[in-house]
Amino acid sequence: MNARLIIRIAKALLLARWKQTLVAAIGVTFSITMFIALLSFMTGLNDLLDGLILNRTAHIRLFNEIKPNFNQPINLSKEYQNHYNFIRSIKSGSSRQEIYNSEAIMQALRMDSRVTGIAPKIIAQVFFKDGTIDITGVINGIDAQEEISLFHFSDYVTEGNPLDIQNVSNSIILGKGLAAKLLANVGDVVLVTTAMQQQFSLKVVGVFQSGLQEFDKVESYASLSTTQKIVGKPSDYVTDIQLKMNDITQAPLVAKEYAQLFQIDAEDIQTANSQFETGSFVRSLISYSVGIVLLIVAGFGIYNILNMMIYEKMDSIAILKATGFSGSDVNRIFLVIALSIGFFGGTLGLFFGFVLSVMIDQIPFNTPSLPTIKTYPINYNPVFYFIGSSFSLVTTYLAGWAPSRKASKIDPVIIIRGK
Amino acid sequence: MIDTIVLQARQINKSFHDPVTISILKDISFIINKGEFVSVTGKSGCGKSTLLYILSTMDTDYEGELFIGGEKMRGRTEKQLAKVRNEQIGFVFQFHYLLNEFTVLENVMLPGLKLGLHTEAKVKELAMDRLDTLSIQSLANKKANQLSGGEKQRVAIARALINSPSIIMCDEPTGNLDKKNSMIVFDIFKKIAEENKQTLLVVTHDQEFANNTHRIIKMEDGKIIEQ
Repeated sequence: MNARLIIRIAKALLLARWKQTLVAAIGVTFSITMFIALLSFMTGLNDLLDGLILNRTAHIRLFNEIKPNFNQPINLSKEYQNHYNFIRSIKSGSSRQEIYNSEAIMQALRMDSRVTGIAPKIIAQVFFKDGTIDITGVINGIDAQEEISLFHFSDYVTEGNPLDIQNVSNSIILGKGLAAKLLANVGDVVLVTTAMQQQFSLKVVGVFQSGLQEFDKVESYASLSTTQKIVGKPSDYVTDIQLKMNDITQAPLVAKEYAQLFQIDAEDIQTANSQFETGSFVRSLISYSVGIVLLIVAGFGIYNILNMMIYEKMDSIAILKATGFSGSDVNRIFLVIALSIGFFGGTLGLFFGFVLSVMIDQIPFNTPSLPTIKTYPINYNPVFYFIGSSFSLVTTYLAGWAPSRKASKIDPVIIIRGK
Repeated sequence: MIDTIVLQARQINKSFHDPVTISILKDISFIINKGEFVSVTGKSGCGKSTLLYILSTMDTDYEGELFIGGEKMRGRTEKQLAKVRNEQIGFVFQFHYLLNEFTVLENVMLPGLKLGLHTEAKVKELAMDRLDTLSIQSLANKKANQLSGGEKQRVAIARALINSPSIIMCDEPTGNLDKKNSMIVFDIFKKIAEENKQTLLVVTHDQEFANNTHRIIKMEDGKIIEQ
């Protein structure tokens, strides 16, 4: 009964000053709208930029670094153990790029439940013959199927079908820059020379565009077996194993574990690409700060309007108190006023925020470096809407707190006597 | 006879301490019995309004003891005092203090709804009954700011009556009204005092008004000089 009565009085006071109420609510609506639109857009952009790198980067990469062996024979000799041993001109001669026992390692990885999928890879340095000139390039030998499902490879192949490297023997997909240099189109044949001076002719079945121009000028893709043929190695030859994890945050830990277990070099994505995480974090921080600042400004608007309303309604507050409403009742009346401004303003703000996001989502955004993106990216994460609505209620509650307290402390005697 | 005492003041003293101590009320003691129509008169500044605010429980800064319905008012919380005002005291002030956002009927109903003893329909019925007594039931659905001064004061009286309080306290109820409306208001008070056996305590400097009440408490310089 009491609660209903308080809401009824609050409603009457609100509607009596509906223009002021509207201005206050519009303030909240505007800030929540901007908050939602800003966060959706910023996060969409973050996801896009991160995706540019993270989507096609393995969470963990297993490989063999070519480097001199740390354990030189003299270090093992008992006689010289307590000496400083200076050794010059050590060669990495005995070290190989190949991953030893790659089949067994891949089998073990496939059994690990923390790993979503694995894709083996061979990196081969080659020269593309363009008349008398050699253009340095890299052929990535990949398993096209795994590469598509784990690293969205097909998103970047702008011409041709990525699966063709598997189906057509001796075929290759060139980077856009590389294809332009070689004047090669789909269906043409390019000539490749290996470091061992062996020549191969490969059929171009596609062109890819990664979004990173320097990358596109050097890289090309072929199937694992084609690459093995080019480098003249057996069919278990693999130089890299790429892993996708179920939980990306576990990557550094698991990388360490594998490095120990397989006696191999393991690099996790966090170490390799730490700058992207920093960038995303700073962008999110900026959007949240702007949103919160907008809400604080709206909060001050509500604070002002409630204060004015209390000065105008002194008489009403006095008589309510004289006829039996306690200070806490009056306090609640004004809090209900503040919260309903927050609730209705905030709800409208969520709606307009969504509409604005949808509108931004329609704006064309064509950039040569991002072939799959046609409009501005928007992330419709419900978490933003949840945060927005809680923020609007919390700010309006805080804005209403001081004026409501003031109203509850009004002494009816002073007002009634003053007339 | 003790159960017929509605209000009792025992040795009430009050002083203001800013900037120097000035004594406003000195040793005020009196009893109001059920059904009495009492007026408090005195010159402006003699402390009669101050006394009323103490008796109404709105002012708690005093010495001495106040009993309403036999219960001591000292030491109660603000919330408990608000409940006492709601249940036991009806107010009529010089200024009507109606809420312009509500209709006449809603204004009268508000203290009744706050009391929460009856359903809304029942409170509405009671409010219409009070308006009927004051012959203003035709105004029930008008907004408070559409009424004349005399009408507003009658609505205020109806509001004071809604919870059937044990005492109605009035502060210069006719102070803002012309002769004709003053007469109407006085007749209403007389009627509810005599027909409904309602207890009334009226602070006024209108001697004519006071002379027509059952009992006059005369004050001067914060003291009761005659009762």
